[in-house]
Amino acid sequence: MELLLDSLFNGVAIGSVLLVAALGLAIVFGLMGVINLAHGELMMLGAYTTYVTQLIFKLPILKPFYNSYIIVSIFLAFIVSGVVGILLEKTIIRKLYGSPLETLLATWGVSLILQQFVRSVPLAYGTGLVISLLIGLFLPTTFPSKIKESINFKYFKFSSWIFAALTGVLTGSVISSSVSKLSRASARNVDVTAPSWMRGQVEIIGTAFPKTRLMIIVITLISVIAITLFLNQSAWGMRIRAVTQNRQMSDCLGISTEKVDIITFGIGSGLAGVAGVAVSLLGSVGPNVGGNYIVGCFMVVVLGGVGNLLGTVLASFGIGIMTDLIGAGRLLSIWPDMPLPLSNTINFFATTSMARVMIFALIVIFLQFKPTGLFPQKGRMVEN
Amino acid sequence: MRISRRILAGLATASLAVTATSCGGGGTSGSFDDTVTVGILHSLSGTMAISESTLVDTEKMAIEEINAAGGVTVGGKSYKIEYIVEDGASDWPTFAEKSKKLIDQDGVPVVFGGWTSASRKAMLPVYESKDAFLYYPIQYEAQECSNNIFYTGATPNQQSEPATDFMYKRSPAAGGDFFLVGSDYVFPRTSNTITKAQVKQLGGKVVGEDYLPLGNTEVAPIISKIKKALPDGGIIINTLNGDQNVAFFKQIQDAGITPSSGYYVMNYSIAEEEISTIGPEFLEGHYGAWNYMMSIDTPASKKFAASFKKRWGADRVVADPQESAYNMVYLWKQAVEDAGTFDDNAVREALVGQKFDAPQGPVEVMPNHHLSQTVRIGEINAEGGFTILEETGVVLPQAWNQKHPSSKGFACDWTDPSKGEKYKL
Repeated sequence: MELLLDSLFNGVAIGSVLLVAALGLAIVFGLMGVINLAHGELMMLGAYTTYVTQLIFKLPILKPFYNSYIIVSIFLAFIVSGVVGILLEKTIIRKLYGSPLETLLATWGVSLILQQFVRSVPLAYGTGLVISLLIGLFLPTTFPSKIKESINFKYFKFSSWIFAALTGVLTGSVISSSVSKLSRASARNVDVTAPSWMRGQVEIIGTAFPKTRLMIIVITLISVIAITLFLNQSAWGMRIRAVTQNRQMSDCLGISTEKVDIITFGIGSGLAGVAGVAVSLLGSVGPNVGGNYIVGCFMVVVLGGVGNLLGTVLASFGIGIMTDLIGAGRLLSIWPDMPLPLSNTINFFATTSMARVMIFALIVIFLQFKPTGLFPQKGRMVEN
Repeated sequence: MRISRRILAGLATASLAVTATSCGGGGTSGSFDDTVTVGILHSLSGTMAISESTLVDTEKMAIEEINAAGGVTVGGKSYKIEYIVEDGASDWPTFAEKSKKLIDQDGVPVVFGGWTSASRKAMLPVYESKDAFLYYPIQYEAQECSNNIFYTGATPNQQSEPATDFMYKRSPAAGGDFFLVGSDYVFPRTSNTITKAQVKQLGGKVVGEDYLPLGNTEVAPIISKIKKALPDGGIIINTLNGDQNVAFFKQIQDAGITPSSGYYVMNYSIAEEEISTIGPEFLEGHYGAWNYMMSIDTPASKKFAASFKKRWGADRVVADPQESAYNMVYLWKQAVEDAGTFDDNAVREALVGQKFDAPQGPVEVMPNHHLSQTVRIGEINAEGGFTILEETGVVLPQAWNQKHPSSKGFACDWTDPSKGEKYKL
């Protein structure tokens, strides 16, 4: 029983890291059909946001709230990655809808740029830049409609970008002068330390579970529930689903497909940011952190069936449990006196590298029989 | 120099390298009769840049020191050392390509370079075919002995063997079972093969072994295996690389695998630089084995650390790979002066037997092109350094490991033409 619980927990723990990382991609790739190779780098931005938030919360004014920095950083990471994602959509991806190969190359280029960006720009000024983007993109939308419709709106827009730039530079310098660790560019990996209440383990029914793992499971669960509710219950969610199913028809019926694209991409990217917070709790934060997860993300989305969240959920937990089952040689402990050739085979695959080989092989075999994944999309659009 | 470096920090690392080259050197050229240009070849971009750039800094410092003390004297003429820095870009074929460039185009008499075994293996054929000379400063798995490479890092018998011995006989977990964890590439696998043979000789037991593919940070299955194989604590030998250590130590601590519950990790790839990245709070109480540790309390060691801090910033640290890089520049200088020429073959002959008072203590070049060195075992402390627990005498290097089944009974000697790369003892 204890063994089973431990194994199940490990599987769910591995799976939830995969799931939280793949969730944003499931939306961007699944609903919009955009192959976003910069997804990992959006995660990286989320991870760096956690790091910056952690350091800012160490400042004397915020010190009393230090223990809650991780909660704050989840929201901030969502916003930061979301804003960068929106900018990406507005500038690059919008021009490339319907040409997946070009999108793939363009987003790969973006991923390289983002990696080099965090290597060579001090994080304080990176933060400033994100703040200017945030203000520049959203300030004009808050103007009263009277101004928006006037001919001079472009001047208002222009001046709000200037205001945004100034605020960005100001925040950048303030952060840079108050947190010395953020004032210099560095290619070195940095470290996010979980607050004390999240370290160590909790005991549930005789088995000890690491708290950070539980936290990641909670983050994943909340993200999945929130995104499901958003897609199925809210008006914008309905519009997103409508555009996914039939773009022309939705357009004819008065849905602004442009806005829907921005929102969908923004949410997908924002979720990547949340995933960044989760992975920063497990390992170190560096320019390459996202790249390590991107293959796994695509694997989960393809296995689950493109365009289906339930498929993504099941696929990631499936892969997680299989990884633990094979990688830790669980079958041997469940059935200790297994015949020799079988136990030797299991022992051979019971290493992390070989378990990966096995998982990939199983996925390839699975996709031979169900090429569209666990839950393929049905309907007329699929045939096109 | 300092100002231009700060401005350029924002630009691509490659352009940084070029600028650093053009204004490098230091010292006054007026008092020299001539100049000699050497090659420095490390990764200044890509994943290895973080580690390898510290070697470039150290090598530059050693060259500046030598220049300040009058340069290299060959045949009564004093030469100022200048250098060309090339970027291997963490890409192994690039290392070979840049080596060719340094040798053929720039005509350098010597190249200081490399970090990963993969980069060395890629460069080796270039140096052998052109009969040029590479100085390689990293502790590595050995099982190699080239006439055209000079290895100043530790071989396994100068690092992992004394460390395994310590863990089995004298650590708090003495007599316990072993679990081996490493990244999935040549160094950890070779090193662990040697460790397994040694543990068997000592009468201990290796109860598990696992390798994490490079770039993978999911250590949950490894942790469950460790808990299953070592339920009541034991010895863990860790050869993980770079960032994977962060994931490993964060998660084993959360899983209760700590020194206070009887688990002791011996690390072969964690030096002062890595401790500060991972965070001493995760590493305190675990062990490391190196030839040089910053906490060595001798004037030579203190002077080395102080000059590095003075040259590159007070927050910088020095570690074993840097000390090794520092030694090799000095050893090359001594050999050149003894040979009285920059010619490779003469320098190679003069190199064997060279002695140097290194920051770690005296070192000497052996006929197998490796260094005799002192081995130290340290416990990682809360301040992010090592508390040195043990110090061996000078240990002779074995290019062919005497515990590894494939190389037992072989040795290397380049001073005797009849012996060479690999001969039977």
